[in-house]
Amino acid sequence: MFYREAGQFKTSYKADQALMPILQDRIGLSVILIIAFVVIPAFANDFFLTSIMIPFLVFALAAIGLNVLTGFCGQLSLGTGAFMGVGAYAAYKLTTIFPDANVIVMVLLSGVFSAAIGAVFGLPSLRIKGLYLAVTTLAAQFFLEWCFIRIPWLYNYNASGAIEVPHREAFGFVVSGAEATPIVRYFIVLCITVVIAYLMANVLRGRIGRSWMMIRDMDIAAELMGIRPLQTKLMAFAVSSYICGVAGAMMVFFWLNAAEPSSYSISLSFQILFMVILGGLGSLSGSFMGAAFIWILPVFLKFIPGVLGIDLAAETVEHVTFMIVGALIIFFLIVEPHGFARLWQIGKQKLRVWPFPY
Amino acid sequence: MLYDIFIDPFVQMYDMPDFFLQVLWEGFVAGILYALIALGFVLIFKASGVFNFAQGIMVVFAGLTLVGLNENGIPAYLALALTIVAMGVLAYGVERVVMRPLVNQPDIILLMATIGLTYFLIGFGEFVFGGEPKQMITEQLGLPTGSTAIEMGERGLIILQHIDIAAAVIAVIMVTALGIFFNKTRIGRALRAVADDHQAALSVGISLNQIWAIVWFAAGLVALATGIMWGARSDVSFALEIVAFKALPVLILGGFTSIPGAIVGGLIIGFGEKIGELYWGGLVGGGIESWLAYIIALIFLLFRPQGLFGERIIERI
Repeated sequence: MFYREAGQFKTSYKADQALMPILQDRIGLSVILIIAFVVIPAFANDFFLTSIMIPFLVFALAAIGLNVLTGFCGQLSLGTGAFMGVGAYAAYKLTTIFPDANVIVMVLLSGVFSAAIGAVFGLPSLRIKGLYLAVTTLAAQFFLEWCFIRIPWLYNYNASGAIEVPHREAFGFVVSGAEATPIVRYFIVLCITVVIAYLMANVLRGRIGRSWMMIRDMDIAAELMGIRPLQTKLMAFAVSSYICGVAGAMMVFFWLNAAEPSSYSISLSFQILFMVILGGLGSLSGSFMGAAFIWILPVFLKFIPGVLGIDLAAETVEHVTFMIVGALIIFFLIVEPHGFARLWQIGKQKLRVWPFPY
Repeated sequence: MLYDIFIDPFVQMYDMPDFFLQVLWEGFVAGILYALIALGFVLIFKASGVFNFAQGIMVVFAGLTLVGLNENGIPAYLALALTIVAMGVLAYGVERVVMRPLVNQPDIILLMATIGLTYFLIGFGEFVFGGEPKQMITEQLGLPTGSTAIEMGERGLIILQHIDIAAAVIAVIMVTALGIFFNKTRIGRALRAVADDHQAALSVGISLNQIWAIVWFAAGLVALATGIMWGARSDVSFALEIVAFKALPVLILGGFTSIPGAIVGGLIIGFGEKIGELYWGGLVGGGIESWLAYIIALIFLLFRPQGLFGERIIERI
């Protein structure tokens, strides 16, 4: 009833193959984009932007990156955090070597470095599969983390060993450094995330995306049908690491302002993996939903005791948050192993047939 | 440069055999502890095909429970018994709440469930016992604490911690006991049947749920032993969790389903890591212990994807 695609006829192939052939989808997406671009900037305060929306978008982008590799190409990776770190350190080096260049361009360029490194660590994937591959990506994680600590050139020989984002301006605004306003940061992060998500939506339904899915579903069969496994897997690693690298660079440039090697540790990899699994493997919208759940839920949980008037120590709240998040992860895996994306599909079906049961 | 890489370390090894033997001993002890953690992984993987990421946190949890109970005035041996009971309750709970509803799901979902369990146990452990590191109650448990120095003529001497020797002995006893349990008892045979084929095991009347609870309990006991040993060497803290990741390359080397493999893999990683760190680490700035194990495993995998003792992987369409 509410979500009825019957009667929406297409008269050309172009219309039939559009990204969103169904009217309701287009309306829904437009509403979300209007909220993101107009309503939130107009009404949100700085706290909401800096501690909820910006991290949410950054993590959503990283989750898209990992989803390309794990959800669409079937290669389990635990090195996401390190690949994000490569992006961050590359962006830092680029902006300090070329101080006059536009920071946004540098952030986008930094992904290229992480793509190259991702492709190198993707090489073993030709022989190694599944859990074994997870270990090779763990090698990437720990090795790169070690590099961030031990190679002083990467952080310009700082005494602190951390990277600090320099003050930069672009298009007449302060875009990075401590003085940049949350609203400017928010718009930059939002634009980059939306553009990359749009590009990926098209890549994934095209030839490249389909060949990734063939590799995921059965690599030997895909090989027999003329997909080259080496190129396809390496491309998945490169694209995935590119997106993660950009997300990592955005994380330090537009959110944290400064980062240490420990910001890109294994726990970040796990966090992103959770977002992908809970959101739904192989679903772009799922990446957003997973990121929202994993990032925003703990933030809200921290405020619940205060709202209810219960006085708890900050530590206790954190421990309880850990417990609740862990329990909820298990709960959602049991209820719906295919993630929020599948729940949304079921919801759409309910909307379609409402008020009838089926 | 080439001299530093290929010749100098070996010259050092020859010149200072006492130091080399000490390094080997350190590697051996580290290897035993990695092997113990890996053993917990293997037990659960063998019987249920679940890659149990929570094994690391179970080690911490077992150690914390033991120390926490003792701090509250319960005598050491009673605390030990109560901890064993707690691990049993945990095993039953995990089987009932997590594993049973997720039967037949893809591997990655089960893996994520165990990571969710990890989060839960971290939160729960910190909530109950606090987050700060604790001293293991080594003496109260009757474990040796001293050290012996072995003279090597005029070549120097090697120092052996008694607790390390105890760890090695306990590891050997445990592996032997597990081997006997798996091969000779009725439940052990049922476990192996479940590992081979879930459906076939069900059809001859083996209760999957019961077997899984037993296996998780066994892994809990291994975790407790590991927690005591590791806690005695350093502190009982959540930093141990990172160490548990080291079990992964150990498993890769030994194969996911082989108990002797876990031991051999643990020893190889332990030796490789310590020798690599002390003789070659200085060339690149030190600290290579954090990733050397993974690189060893990675190189190994390229030549033998199923591990040392793993079953051969055959793929069909």
